[in-house]
Amino acid sequence: MKPPAFDYVAPTSIDEALEQLSRGGEDARPLAGGQSLVPMLALRLARPSLLVDLNRVTGLAGVSHAAGELRVGAMTRQRAILADSLIGRHAPALADATRFVGHEQTRNRGTIGGSIGLADPQSEYPAVALALGARIEARSPAGTRRIQVEKFFLGPYSTALDRGEIVTAVIFPDWGEGTLMHVDEVARRPGDFALVGLVAALRCDAAGKISRAGLAWFGMAPTPRRATRAEAALTGALASGVDAEEIGRLAVEDTEPWDDVHASASYRRTVGARVAARSLRRILDASSNRGRP
Amino acid sequence: MSEHRIETHINGQRIEKSVDARLTLVDFLRGECGLTGTHAGCEHGVCGACTVIVDGLAVRACLMLAVQVDGAEIRTVEGVAAADGSLHPVQQALREEHGLQCGYCTPGFVMTLVAELEKLPRPSVAEMTAALSGNICRCTGYQGILRAVERLASAPEAEARRIDIERSEEPR
Repeated sequence: MKPPAFDYVAPTSIDEALEQLSRGGEDARPLAGGQSLVPMLALRLARPSLLVDLNRVTGLAGVSHAAGELRVGAMTRQRAILADSLIGRHAPALADATRFVGHEQTRNRGTIGGSIGLADPQSEYPAVALALGARIEARSPAGTRRIQVEKFFLGPYSTALDRGEIVTAVIFPDWGEGTLMHVDEVARRPGDFALVGLVAALRCDAAGKISRAGLAWFGMAPTPRRATRAEAALTGALASGVDAEEIGRLAVEDTEPWDDVHASASYRRTVGARVAARSLRRILDASSNRGRP
Repeated sequence: MSEHRIETHINGQRIEKSVDARLTLVDFLRGECGLTGTHAGCEHGVCGACTVIVDGLAVRACLMLAVQVDGAEIRTVEGVAAADGSLHPVQQALREEHGLQCGYCTPGFVMTLVAELEKLPRPSVAEMTAALSGNICRCTGYQGILRAVERLASAPEAEARRIDIERSEEPR
């Protein structure tokens, strides 16, 4: 239960961090909040030769909004995400999801970039990014690029990041007026990994028609997974006419849940359909209470 | 394996040591600083027994490396009571309400609650209970701990504490 030996550097600039990572080669790893990587070291599931600590790098944390985009810096702590007013306004699902991420003591260290870069299929933030159509900003010595979220998560703990490339921010597009979002999950205890979880976002136009729908599961497939059939059924429908139970059943058709000691695949499907229906009802009720049909 | 010189303040005392990169903060506190009040439980971030306060925030000391606290201000359970030995309200409440049995998890509970009382002027029972979701106790069934939380939420000193904090937050 003690980490294996490794070398450690704590650069203060991104360029220096990237240089150290590339010099460290195949077994060098960036260290963000450490709330997943350090347990993996203790359990010896990870044996990096070099840790490049990003905690002293300037310019990686912080939230800004411009030109229809919300930019959340990779080293923004989960604690800060919970309380950020720009996030509350433009991507409330991100704050909503954070309630479920670990515990107060881990949210004080854990970061959005660490969670996105780790790509745990049961974690909340990757599904938020997928549901909202985010782009992942990544930087390597070759430069900065933005990766569409659909192309980012390749499998459990596997992403489109190249070796030596780090997540520098997550960019969320504005969904605009009339959007409501909700995140829900079922876990054995608060802070445990979700058995089933869903991020839902709906935008309704002035006539009460759903103009955009984003639904993404976590804990239901090897990667976060969009419920594309349910999204298609919702888009263009009148909000007042949506049958939440039916959409819930449709939404689990896009999942690939598994059996494990915590729950069976069939349990996950059954509960998933209920979670989706409940989330939709909640959004639709809030939408009609807002004075939008 | 790299070795690093770090300087940190622990319970107000300046400490300078050389540490291996792989040394966790909890092992540093216990093994290198002799502060064995912080307990190592699961050592992979699940149980909360090793909770300490780093730069004002409750964190798991098994999930930080000692080398990362260079320049930081750390508080452990040893630094919670007053210099004359009189107990912190959190410790007093846990003692009065029998909020511990074997005591192994207790330092983590104490530090989580101390941080919570400093973060929120007057935390509710629900807020304190939510903060404690990251601390596991296998003896008490949590009943005594929750009674201590209720005592803290309703204590007359909760009001005094709120006023103190408001004063300290006045513009300087």
